[in-house]
Amino acid sequence: MTRTLPFLCFLSTFAIAYPAMAQEKTLTIYTYESFTAEWGPGPQVKEEFEKTCACTIEFVSVADGVALLSRLKLEGQGTGADLVLGLDTNLATEAKATGLFEPHGLDTGAIAVPGGYDDEVFIPYDYGHFAVVYDTQAMPTPPKSLKELVEGDPAQKIVIQDPRTSTPGLGLLLWVKSVYGDDAPAAWTKLRDRILTVTPGWSEAYGLFTKGEVPMVLSYTTSPAYHMVAEDTERYQAAAFSEGHYIQIELAGMLTTSNSKELARAFLDFMMTPAFQNIIPTTNWMMPAAPTSEPLPDAFNRLVKPQNTLLMDPEEVAAHRRAWIDEWLTAMSAR
Amino acid sequence: MMMTRRQRRWGLAGSAIALAATALFILLALAALLASQPATTDGWIFSAYTFRILQFTLLQAALSTLLSTGLAVPVALALARSSHFHGRLWVLRLMALPMGLPVLVVTLGLIAIWGRQGWANGLLLSLGASEPISIYGLSGILLAHVFFNLPLACRLMVSALERQPGESWMLAAGLGMNSVSVFRFVEWPALVRILPGIAGLIFMLCVTSFTIVLVLGGGPAATTLEVAIYQSLRFDFDPPRAIALALLQIALTGLVLALLATMRRPEERISTLGGARIRFDGRTLAKRTWDTLWIAMAVAFLLLPLDAVVSAGLQADLGRLVTSAAFASAAATSLAIALASGLLALAMSIAIVRGRLTVAETQGAGAGAVAYGRILGATSSLVLLVPPIVLGTGWFLLLRPWGDVSRFAPVLVVAINALMALPFVVRVLEPAMETHHARTARLTASLGMSGLWKLWHIDRPILMTPAALALSFAMALSLGDLGAVALFGSSDFVTLPWLLYSSLSSYRTADADGLALVLGAVCLILAVVGTSGQDSNRSRRAAG
Repeated sequence: MTRTLPFLCFLSTFAIAYPAMAQEKTLTIYTYESFTAEWGPGPQVKEEFEKTCACTIEFVSVADGVALLSRLKLEGQGTGADLVLGLDTNLATEAKATGLFEPHGLDTGAIAVPGGYDDEVFIPYDYGHFAVVYDTQAMPTPPKSLKELVEGDPAQKIVIQDPRTSTPGLGLLLWVKSVYGDDAPAAWTKLRDRILTVTPGWSEAYGLFTKGEVPMVLSYTTSPAYHMVAEDTERYQAAAFSEGHYIQIELAGMLTTSNSKELARAFLDFMMTPAFQNIIPTTNWMMPAAPTSEPLPDAFNRLVKPQNTLLMDPEEVAAHRRAWIDEWLTAMSAR
Repeated sequence: MMMTRRQRRWGLAGSAIALAATALFILLALAALLASQPATTDGWIFSAYTFRILQFTLLQAALSTLLSTGLAVPVALALARSSHFHGRLWVLRLMALPMGLPVLVVTLGLIAIWGRQGWANGLLLSLGASEPISIYGLSGILLAHVFFNLPLACRLMVSALERQPGESWMLAAGLGMNSVSVFRFVEWPALVRILPGIAGLIFMLCVTSFTIVLVLGGGPAATTLEVAIYQSLRFDFDPPRAIALALLQIALTGLVLALLATMRRPEERISTLGGARIRFDGRTLAKRTWDTLWIAMAVAFLLLPLDAVVSAGLQADLGRLVTSAAFASAAATSLAIALASGLLALAMSIAIVRGRLTVAETQGAGAGAVAYGRILGATSSLVLLVPPIVLGTGWFLLLRPWGDVSRFAPVLVVAINALMALPFVVRVLEPAMETHHARTARLTASLGMSGLWKLWHIDRPILMTPAALALSFAMALSLGDLGAVALFGSSDFVTLPWLLYSSLSSYRTADADGLALVLGAVCLILAVVGTSGQDSNRSRRAAG
């Protein structure tokens, strides 16, 4: 998940881990912090992969996907990474533009993500749909469409993230753009009355939501799974929107500068197997991008399954991101 | 001549080293950042957007400063006057807490009281209000800034009032001054000397505000320059633009600070026998009620949101949390970083203040010396305005050719934290050192006292209290700080705030609440240690 840590996302671009001094081969993976946390997928993934090779995985974690990209830009050809895990489709074009990524040359037949994703450089490892998550105790009837969200009762508030600083914020911007097109500014002007506040990252918004300050938050369709599995409560649910949900696909790719390309390729291959995919749902709280060998916890069957997946062409996003953010700023700031 | 030539040389050399180190640290980072990237800035830096956020930045910072310092005056006066009040020291310690807590934690605490579903709105609705009041917008930003900065201003003001010689209060009582006269002739002159410094500090803190502005601002109409700097280094990755914006921020705030500096007056040189400082005024019922009211309001304002933080923290599984290995290592890292950066900030501040005293002392000092004194003062303030993002990026680039940057990470974090604490520490130390110097310099010089002997017998007893206070300030700041640590945070270098945010970003809200409680407790302990000198002063006073 490209969860945005508050106001430190870019900063931790510089987060460092110690490269191993071990004799055996080392695979250095740059990823984001919630992947390597003790409760994240990292520790298990490392254990599973190291069983298959005489090698050591070294994780270097930064705050989130955007920070990953900045870190690569800073390091350029001198980067210590063999593999980068945690970019998303919105960052893919810019990541390729660095010229640091190498085609994987692998068969990605196992990959199944809604809407499909096939790329010669990046391989998906999980995905999630953005969704409005609501508090059933404060809001018995959630909006059933983006239109209802935009036009609903302004007294029922939502908290969203800032597209200038966070990936979910950018996700909502693209979601609204996909549905409303050129009418997006008008939709934002209307939605504005419903927005309690715009936070710099996912954590602040979700914190406000779970503290009961606001009945709706922009998050993922998978968020309720955490509350159902880890906290055993059905209180927080995602609202299904009839226009469809914008998707976030998380990607990994190998670097041209790597000295362990075989190992990197082996890891990408491993990533598409059940050994890796089984770990993802209950540690990263996202949907697996390839088959698992174990059934998902029951809670995942009760999640919203979007009928229609929205995803803009990465090239188009890269080309228009700034203009669309300016448009958003104008619509949201006008008196 | 009050300083020996040797002392003067040391004063100048020490401050020059501190100044050079600070300047190099910042300038090298800027240079590395500028050199790294071809100028890719597309779009105008000084666009209508920049102009609008500039306006908002200055507006909210000015209002926040005005409110924080203005409201702190009656509270500080009441606290200084109420030396009979037993909880007084604890109120001052309470005031140390907001600084040591991560901004987001305090913000969520404030929302628990003042938010839409908060305690205050609950009260209003039960009293018959039809709709909840909303703090989101300028009012929310001001509320949070006052919450952070009123206690800061208050503590600095109370220290200033307590430096007034006991003779002043005796004289005031002897002359039968009423409270208006006491204010006019004793209290106000003491406050007005430090007000510009306090206001400048708060203004800088509010100019660079980021999380508060976004979370409580209600939307992008509330955006500060700091947000724009962050934005230009994040999705846009445009270092030249980030630096241009940072320079704009430094230049404009520098202008405001320069204006404030012209209002600053030197500490008055009043000779005192150093006897007990007993307040004879403020003992009428009306005055006591007035003081109690102000103190009670301030305490309630501070305690309610902190109470929300504490009660949320108590819900967490604290036993499991504090016994985990991750917690133990994060706590050890945090404390080590805080202690090291606190001591470094203290040492640099002493060097800077001594340099300024030396310059001020020099009879018929040339324009160069005067300018040097000003530069020393400005440097110790302006460091707050250099965004840690800029420093971190620059040093990352500088150190990369020398291999693994993680080896330098602890040193860099200590350096950045120490720099950020500098303005606070200087403000705590400078007035105290100035007064102390004015009172003792002639005598010690004529007695030929110098060196360690003077330090131990003359300086230590008086300056220990402000030094401890300054150190606890710096350590609390470093403990609650995420910015500098996040620059180099990794699985091997985790601090408590980093662990807290990490929990929060993985749905683990309860753990984050628990960690916030622990951080608050550590800050309270620091405040107790930092003010322990005041405790013994007080008992001496009471005994005398």
